[in-house]
Amino acid sequence: MDKVMDKVMGNVRLQGVTKTYPNGTLAVHPTSIDIADGELIVLVGPSGCGKSTLLRMVAGLEEITGGTVTIGGRAVNDLDPAERDIAMVFQNYALYPHMTVYKNMAYGLKNRGKPKAEIDEKVRAAAEMLNLTDYLDRKPSQLSGGQRQRVAMGRAIVREPALFLFDEPLSNLDAKLRNQMRVEIRALQRRIGVTSIYVTHDQVEAMTMADRIVVLNGGRIEQIGTPAEIYRQPASTFVASFMGAPPMNLVPADYSGNGSVRVCGTELPLGRSADYRGAVSLGVRPEDVDLATGAGDGPALPFDLHLVEELGAHRLLHGKVHAHPFVVNVHNATALSEGRMYLRVAPGNLHMFAPDSGRRI
Amino acid sequence: MADMTDTRAIPTAATPRRRRLRWGAIADHAVLIAGAFVMMAPLLMLLQMSTVPDAEILKSGPSLRIGDQFGPNLEKAMFGSMSFSGENTGLSMFRNSLILGLGFALGKIVISMMAAYAIVYFRLRFATLAFWLIFTTLLLPLEVRILPSYEVTQKLGLLNSYGGLIIPLIASATATFFFRQYFMSVPEELVEAARIDGAGPVKFFIDILVPLSKTMIAAIFIIMFVYGWNQYLWPTMIVTDEGKMTLVQGIRQITQGLEGNHIPEFGRSNLLAILAVLPPVLVVIFFQSWFVKGLTESDK
Ligand SMILES: Nc1ncnc2c1ncn2[C@@H]1O[C@H](COP(=O)(O)OP(=O)(O)O)[C@@H](O)[C@H]1O
Ligand SMILES: [Mg+2]
Repeated sequence: MDKVMDKVMGNVRLQGVTKTYPNGTLAVHPTSIDIADGELIVLVGPSGCGKSTLLRMVAGLEEITGGTVTIGGRAVNDLDPAERDIAMVFQNYALYPHMTVYKNMAYGLKNRGKPKAEIDEKVRAAAEMLNLTDYLDRKPSQLSGGQRQRVAMGRAIVREPALFLFDEPLSNLDAKLRNQMRVEIRALQRRIGVTSIYVTHDQVEAMTMADRIVVLNGGRIEQIGTPAEIYRQPASTFVASFMGAPPMNLVPADYSGNGSVRVCGTELPLGRSADYRGAVSLGVRPEDVDLATGAGDGPALPFDLHLVEELGAHRLLHGKVHAHPFVVNVHNATALSEGRMYLRVAPGNLHMFAPDSGRRI
Repeated sequence: MADMTDTRAIPTAATPRRRRLRWGAIADHAVLIAGAFVMMAPLLMLLQMSTVPDAEILKSGPSLRIGDQFGPNLEKAMFGSMSFSGENTGLSMFRNSLILGLGFALGKIVISMMAAYAIVYFRLRFATLAFWLIFTTLLLPLEVRILPSYEVTQKLGLLNSYGGLIIPLIASATATFFFRQYFMSVPEELVEAARIDGAGPVKFFIDILVPLSKTMIAAIFIIMFVYGWNQYLWPTMIVTDEGKMTLVQGIRQITQGLEGNHIPEFGRSNLLAILAVLPPVLVVIFFQSWFVKGLTESDK
């Protein structure tokens, strides 16, 4: 099974890639990303942030306005999609409705003039890998959503490309199947070790699948990093609130450079110092707090509980800290009390952002 | 004993509803059969009359008797000719009609599919303009432009030829319009997947678009074949050579057969009339089943 793919070097480099649509929309600002061979990169961001545009420029389906795309050391700006050594999985699968599963998978190889025996071997190997062997003679309309998704994967795999491209491949599936396919795609990608760019607007998909995440916003890169880096060290308020559900709490605060940050009269020790003075946005992840029913000793933020949301293992407490909305995520065994409670936050769990630019301090 | 009554109770409870349904079905069928009979009766009468000697029809009109003259009448209709040259037999007219109908339908499908393909998939500068130009030809049916069309055909030396019968009518705004609408509903992702799979414009058209459009092709084929088969005015203009006449043109000869001073040839005329109706009916019947199958199975 490991022999299904003779691996091609697939390091990908985007250098100052931009896109302006003919109607003047600047969809992608100059963007540079270096992708190592075998890495799975997830492009994540809200709808309309330019993820698909960026992906489609790599695929060759959209003209590149500026910059260079290099795949396996070869500049591909002027190459047709078929010549770029890529394979793509689309949101709506884009299977050929009149062809059987077998023919769907074989079509690209056939167009490349591969001998019949070789095509047959590759299609059968891919079908085996994807549990599609029993369905090779079916038409796409006779398959379930998950199976169609697998056929789309199979069509990509048999091509043995240097680079896989995925554009929101799971968003047409129901939640359960989505979780299952997510794991399958990830496992498959690991096994065959093909460099992949995966586009999604779902931060859970991004966190669970990526080697590295690229967070996009308004056609610009907000941050590139491993899922842990993105989550623990968000580079901006945008990343902080986009990645993680519920999002990071942000409350206005003051930093005067004395090693602590002041939130409406409460001084919280910061444990570090920063080259910054003045108003900040203080970020705290909902699960990064210790909740106490009494004031106790030391600095704590007063928390007025309004609503409890039961999630099973956890509870989300919606309330306010000094009139600012604040959400706390606690284990369901945590003791609660009516009205006011107190929050303590370890210094390492306090994030500071500049209020105007949103950049991390 | 207890479960016996149980099993009986269920059907009796269900019976009233079922019976009412059945009455409805009978009424529906009665209406359909009556309608079908009204439509079929003239054809059946023609068939009956072609089996008895012409003299008997002259005497007693249509009857329920099936005679033994069908064979001779058929032979007269297919191989005999009533014209001067003797070239327009039933068989030759049938062949000419078939060539006109098929050439007309297939030609229109090929031309209009390619036109729609160009309009929808290629970034032509004046694609929209071209489309609307084609579309406005709907306002100029053959009858309006018949003289200039005739002149052009004549100057091209296409009079009395199959080319002259078919080619001047082959452009079709209707078919182009339908194919354009259909192509625009084919998902963009399919085109992109094909591009990544290395299918160029011609491959994409032949491997993907044509098979996808088969229901549309079947529908247009039905319409256009019947339309072409039934052409009367244009063949009458273009064809003077009797060997190139179509069945629908030949209908004149059919009636001529009835106007003779001897006994009118009912049998042969009736068979020619049936021959003129049959192929369009068969095409509709054959392609309709295909059409429905395609519609229910495909999903884009
Ligand atoms: N063909 C196009 N012409 C003009 N603008 C476009 C086109 N496609 C996308 N856009 C615009 O470019 C931006 C990015 O789009 P897209 O890459 O599809 O976003 P995403 O995939 O992240 O949702 C959006 O503002 C969108 O409206
Ligand atoms: Mg998109």
